[in-house]
Amino acid sequence: MTALDNYIAPTSLEQAVEQLQELGEVTILAGGTDLMPQANAGRVKFKRTLMNIRRIPELRGIVREDGEIRIGALTTIAEIMAHPLVSEHLPLLVSTGDHFASGQIRNAATLGGNICNASPAGDTLVPLMVLGASVELASKPDDKLFRRSMPLPEFFVGPGKTRLAPAELLTAVRIPIPPKGFVARFHKFGTRPALDISAISIGVAGVLKDGKLSQVRVAFGAVAPTPVCGCATEEALEGKKLDAATIDAAAQAAQDEVHPISDVRASAWYRKEMIHNMTRRILEDVAANH
Amino acid sequence: MSQQTIDFTLNGVPTRVSVPVQMSALEMIRNVAGLTGTKYGCGEGECGACTILLDGVSLNSCLLFAVECDGRAVTTIEGLAADPVGLRIEKAFVDAGAVQCGFCTPGMVMQAKQLLEQNPHPSREEIQRGIEGNLCRCTGYVKIVDAIEAASKE
Repeated sequence: MTALDNYIAPTSLEQAVEQLQELGEVTILAGGTDLMPQANAGRVKFKRTLMNIRRIPELRGIVREDGEIRIGALTTIAEIMAHPLVSEHLPLLVSTGDHFASGQIRNAATLGGNICNASPAGDTLVPLMVLGASVELASKPDDKLFRRSMPLPEFFVGPGKTRLAPAELLTAVRIPIPPKGFVARFHKFGTRPALDISAISIGVAGVLKDGKLSQVRVAFGAVAPTPVCGCATEEALEGKKLDAATIDAAAQAAQDEVHPISDVRASAWYRKEMIHNMTRRILEDVAANH
Repeated sequence: MSQQTIDFTLNGVPTRVSVPVQMSALEMIRNVAGLTGTKYGCGEGECGACTILLDGVSLNSCLLFAVECDGRAVTTIEGLAADPVGLRIEKAFVDAGAVQCGFCTPGMVMQAKQLLEQNPHPSREEIQRGIEGNLCRCTGYVKIVDAIEAASKE
């Protein structure tokens, strides 16, 4: 049996971070779509207190603030897909959501939960990385609310491990509004479109002007203990004309820089092949459609 | 084990139950509230047999903590018996022969209800996408899609 013996459902952020600080041993419940099966399978052990954060209004909603879109941690994948600010400025997140699990799960699963789960194959992580997202964290170590933010790639430490401090809550994701000429693609590769954990995923983004890509960001999922930056691939693309030679070089750089493992979903060899081929396909698509 | 008392409406009926905090909404609906129309298939959100509506939004009740139902409106397949869209879908499933063993049917009907509320006249492809979170091992889906399409045309 679990040692779970306390349930709380705070209704404000202040209250939640105060209780986190005070109680210490707390399992956070957001959408529950991962927590429930992980707990049932014994992969996650409940701590003494289960804190349901879904009653905290400050953690919801999508707003534009200065040059950024701020998405509250509790916003569900379905809410993100339906939001006009997202379709206007961040259409990549709409297409990402379309490949996320199933309708029922998109209605429950939260963006913050997908991030805090820190799965190397987490569907939103690669797209958020290429969009230049950062996470907003809150805690209350003394009598004042303390907030900090962190670029998303720094947040991940390993499978299921993040830099979130024990008494800290992820409150929101901030994404800079992309500049003119911005192009972005996300490709998730698995065995079926719905309810699949990707064997690999690739995100590519940059500003395309006169056939040249700049401010390039590339990220890969499911090829390392965390989603990773495709830094060598970025270098192969930055400032270059997006022609056949550049695409070849970038696909090769991508294949060379990933070091996946073999597991039930794919062998390491296959993952490297797919990274190569899908990186090529994405870039060819970008070159052909702009 | 920590128990929690929750108040919610179950198919419109005000309901109060006491549940262990880690209990799923599915277990609560079946074993505490005694409504067994909602099915346990996989317990992992893969099959959709446990689909319910929470405040009108379809969810896998096996992935939902029962405590999260507190203060909210839960609709199960039994609740659709009093719902015009639910009745239309039920009739269309029968007419199309979309039910074989029947185990996936409650979840399919719940998800069809959600789909038709959001998109009253979906294309066949939109219907297929709409039920991508629901598995059927008997029908091959064709008759289920036929049924939802027929329900959308009435």
